[in-house]
Amino acid sequence: MNNNLILLIIRFIGLMTLQIFIFNHINLFGYINPYPYVLFLLVFPFMANRSLYILIAFFTGITLDMFGNSGGIHAAACLFLAYLRPYALRFAFGVSYEYNAIKLSKVGFYERFVFISVMVIIHHLILFLLEVFNITDILYTLNKTLVTSIFTIILCMVINILLSRRKE
Amino acid sequence: MQQIINFLIRNKHFFLFAFLLALSLAFTIQSHSYHRSRFVNSANFFSGGVYTSVSNLQNYFKLTEYNEQLLQENASLRERLQDYDESKTTLGNIDNIKNAIEIDSANQYQFIPAQVINNSYSKADNFITIRGGKNDSIQRDLGVITSKGIVGITDKSSSDFCTVLSMLNSNFTTNAKLKSSEHFGTVQWDGKDPNRIQIIDMQQQAPVKIGDTIETSGKSAIFPKGIPIGTIESFDLDQSKNFYILSVKLLNDMTSLGHVYVIKNKFKDEIKALENRDNE
Repeated sequence: MNNNLILLIIRFIGLMTLQIFIFNHINLFGYINPYPYVLFLLVFPFMANRSLYILIAFFTGITLDMFGNSGGIHAAACLFLAYLRPYALRFAFGVSYEYNAIKLSKVGFYERFVFISVMVIIHHLILFLLEVFNITDILYTLNKTLVTSIFTIILCMVINILLSRRKE
Repeated sequence: MQQIINFLIRNKHFFLFAFLLALSLAFTIQSHSYHRSRFVNSANFFSGGVYTSVSNLQNYFKLTEYNEQLLQENASLRERLQDYDESKTTLGNIDNIKNAIEIDSANQYQFIPAQVINNSYSKADNFITIRGGKNDSIQRDLGVITSKGIVGITDKSSSDFCTVLSMLNSNFTTNAKLKSSEHFGTVQWDGKDPNRIQIIDMQQQAPVKIGDTIETSGKSAIFPKGIPIGTIESFDLDQSKNFYILSVKLLNDMTSLGHVYVIKNKFKDEIKALENRDNE
């Protein structure tokens, strides 16, 4: 239990540091910054208390907002992600999710990919809707969501596979 | 009553979610309106300190670039100093006297050096964090420039750090004029290209030419007159067919900022007070 907590804290600090100092400054093609920090919320223990999880998601988002001066857009996007995660789990893993305690490192590549993609796209859509904050630029928003999502999903999958390999 | 409590307990996750969501949406909406106090910003002890330590490290890799910028600035300042000396010794004709007066009136502005510790340019609303705050007498609503052109306006300041509303922010506006004439317009950013900004409401009579320089008009009491912004790249009439919209290529590279100057106008409070009295 204690070990898990330490692992969580290390993961949080590690991903946030990477996000703030590396991924926030990538600016691929001038405007694409991936947000792989969402991986922290995605792999957060599935069986944890849901209220605690929502609070942690809010805290994660507001930390990034503080560093990026972006108001509350990351906090809002993370909250949606946290609130909708059980539904996405059910969607990606079927009923098996409800009966046994599954771990993301134990499921197949395809299911993992579906789960991460659904969550990342929801997160990015809300993030960029709030960032642009202008419904007339909806095409620009969707375009940015799509391109950034692809980038984030690839990064999340790579980080996830690298980290789960080590444990085996 | 029992049922209400039961209902609340059963849906506690949802209520927690809704409450926090409302909070974050409030922060978001606040951040989209100019000049409201922002609760969450990077001008605080924690994020400012973290940014400073990392930027100290990064600065070593950019020393050559900064040195070059400083050399260029020194060179241009030396040129101006020469002009100044010449105009002082030959106060013969009217133009020289005018020049000398203009230079003297520049004392109205105080320049405070500061260091950029965080910069963003790929979002719709970009902010810069600089090292330098209330202890260096940097407050809100001061202009920020580099040797090449304007950068933004200071927003929130703590004792040691300050956030700057970048030129690349949808809330940023200032007045700009053509270098060749006194026609002016309003600077805005459309949120797309970090190298280009737009100038709207430029009079149709203005002699606009591609390649002309755009500079600050000095009307806003934030920036002094004559600080370069960029060069005109293209222009077009707007929907009303009465005003030009100009697309301006920035002289400043907003994607690579190192050292900046914060401009303090000694008469700003006086000007503001006067303007407020007029409005009443």
